Amino acid sequence: MKDRLIIRVVTKITTPFILVFGFYVITHGELSPGGGFQGGVLLAAAFILYGLVFGLDELEPILPRRVSDSLAAIGVLLYAGLGLVGIFTGYRFLDYRSLGLAGSESAEVWGMALAEYGVGITVTAVMITIFREVAQAKRREH
Amino acid sequence: MVVFDLYNYWVFILLMMIGLYTVIASPNLVKKIIGLSVLQTAIFLFLISLSKVSGGTVPITGPSAELYSNPLPHALVLTAIVVSVSTMAVALAIIINIKLTYGTIEDDEIRKTEGH
Amino acid sequence: MIDNQLPALIVATPLAASLLMPIFRSAEKPWVLSLLTTWAVFGMTVLLLLQLSDRSQSPDGRAVISYAIGNWMIPWGIELRIDRLNGFVLLVIAMISAIVTFYARLSVAQAVPQHRIPFFYSVWLLFITGLLGVAVSGDIFNVYVMIEISALASYTLVAMGQHENPKALLGSINYLVLGTIGASFFLIGVGYLYSVTGTLNMADLAERLKPLHGNRALITAFAFILVGLSVKMALFPLHGWLPDAHGYAPPIVSALLSGVAIKVAAYVMIRLVFSLLGMEFSFSILPTGPVIWVLSSLAIVIGSYTAIQQTSLKRLLAYSSVAQIGYIAMGLSLANENGLTGSLVHVFNHALMKSGLFLVAGIVSYRLGAADLELMAGLGRKMPFTMSALVAGGLGLIGVPLTSGFVSKWYLVSGAIDRGAMPLALVILLGSILAVMYIWKVLEIVYFRPSLDSARAVTEAPWSLVLPAWILIGASLYFGVDASLPSGLAEHAARFLLEQS
Repeated sequence: MKDRLIIRVVTKITTPFILVFGFYVITHGELSPGGGFQGGVLLAAAFILYGLVFGLDELEPILPRRVSDSLAAIGVLLYAGLGLVGIFTGYRFLDYRSLGLAGSESAEVWGMALAEYGVGITVTAVMITIFREVAQAKRREH
Repeated sequence: MVVFDLYNYWVFILLMMIGLYTVIASPNLVKKIIGLSVLQTAIFLFLISLSKVSGGTVPITGPSAELYSNPLPHALVLTAIVVSVSTMAVALAIIINIKLTYGTIEDDEIRKTEGH
Repeated sequence: MIDNQLPALIVATPLAASLLMPIFRSAEKPWVLSLLTTWAVFGMTVLLLLQLSDRSQSPDGRAVISYAIGNWMIPWGIELRIDRLNGFVLLVIAMISAIVTFYARLSVAQAVPQHRIPFFYSVWLLFITGLLGVAVSGDIFNVYVMIEISALASYTLVAMGQHENPKALLGSINYLVLGTIGASFFLIGVGYLYSVTGTLNMADLAERLKPLHGNRALITAFAFILVGLSVKMALFPLHGWLPDAHGYAPPIVSALLSGVAIKVAAYVMIRLVFSLLGMEFSFSILPTGPVIWVLSSLAIVIGSYTAIQQTSLKRLLAYSSVAQIGYIAMGLSLANENGLTGSLVHVFNHALMKSGLFLVAGIVSYRLGAADLELMAGLGRKMPFTMSALVAGGLGLIGVPLTSGFVSKWYLVSGAIDRGAMPLALVILLGSILAVMYIWKVLEIVYFRPSLDSARAVTEAPWSLVLPAWILIGASLYFGVDASLPSGLAEHAARFLLEQS
């Protein structure tokens, strides 16, 4: 779709808005509809849109394959790590008091934010990976 | 009438049956997966419709509302949506492999190749 | 310090290890990490069971360990709850995964392309995480999520058999569609349960459901959950996915699927019928008993009969699994102490035997390329250790005295006689006779036929493959002679369930 002027220009204009909206949805997950999964899909949608319009080869230098594969694991490790910190400091799994922040309000806010971002990163990376794998199926050996 | 008050359950059952019928009756593997998705969406509809409290507003804390709908089924459905998307992703990956191996995704043609 | 964190650690450890896999490029390090993880989980399970028995010795203690995730109060937060039944199932899962992962090194190196091996082990550990999570969880929606985690991982693992036989892909997509429908029915049932009681915690549900026995929504919930679990458990007539999925998957995957995954679904059904809904509801108000009598009898007879006609060792063992799940379901439906003990003991014994037998089939695959019965002619002389494991496992499936299969069948027949249901006892014996026929078919080919020319260069398999198979089969023989450990644990669990409901 590289040769369609309108699609190219609109994509380049709207991609930053999609990214910002995605971050907004992840961050505001506790106050408005949203959260890690929804925001992650939106973030991935920005990258996938770019890949659809300009081609997968253009997407490669922006988000290399290895980076998106490792981000998928890193996001969940962030979430699991949050839980394990709870175990190793003597509190419970996923207990936000283990973060060592003063006040239970602040601990919950930071804990939930970390968890949501972990989920968001993983979902973004996984969606982009799925898109890449499905799009490149013909060239894959099996 | 009582029957019309319970319309959410009727819609749920109708969608569930459409989904199950699609899974059973389509020879095309991708259409089966779409049927599965319709079935799962019907279940999500059912779960969310359980959460509505009459006179209640959306379950998001705001300044003016007094009565909220039940937020727990919303959390259940979010989790179930993630499970559903993952299932579809795995299914599509397997179907791509089937297409690369057998050259077709129609059930009857695959059966002919394998001589089932 | 981590003493009281064991329930969460048991599930979190393989999860974290699974996520670390993509770092590795080689094929050795993922295996080492998986082995360390599964052995660590086994150690933690043993510690947890010791804690559980300590707690039951103390004067005020009930044998329950409860763990609140995130320290949120119990009926509202997610609870991990270990009691006698749970602990038994956890032990089975941890034990079998530890031994099968040891076997996995050579088997996976041959079955899976080199660059995919780290991902294979990653999904393998996710599968084990899901199974452990089902056993540990005390919240019914958490059970659904964990069932789906293990199921998704198993769909992927079954499809990895495509490198040996492309039919694995068809088996996997069929398994996926049916398994997802089953899990969706389970979710509908959970939704109805929630709509009737307002809670998802299993202990709380058991309390709140007591006054609600005539409620039609509850009966609907029960029916949906039972059907959903029957799909996952491969109870006749919903077993159609099992022969293809277990028959074409890589051998270690079949070992864990047939040996553990279907038993975990059976555990959830036992939990539902006895703990959540109580015997009065499940057996007096609803005709659960007679329905499952009929279905399990058909499973035993038809499963064993179809096994006789198979030409591939792995499909034969898969149909045999259908029959063995029939035994477990029959024990459940007898609803007395002997029957339930027999069911639980058979969970333990069949896990050992069937995993060991699938590992033997994997050894045959490793040496011959496929586990077809014609190719196995005369293998008894060339691979004596492996084939003798096959004999011993087969005798266990039949239920010959001195094998653990005999112990479970003894309890089941006693349970049937206690109930006065003589036809069921006869069905159990008929199942053994049919098992003799399909085991004899295999033994006749392996020992009494001349070996094929194509198999001339075949020698005994490497010890790292034969040893785990023999550990499992040897354990099943040991527990046939001295059945005090599994029978003791199963009897305690059965008594606990019957008292509680």
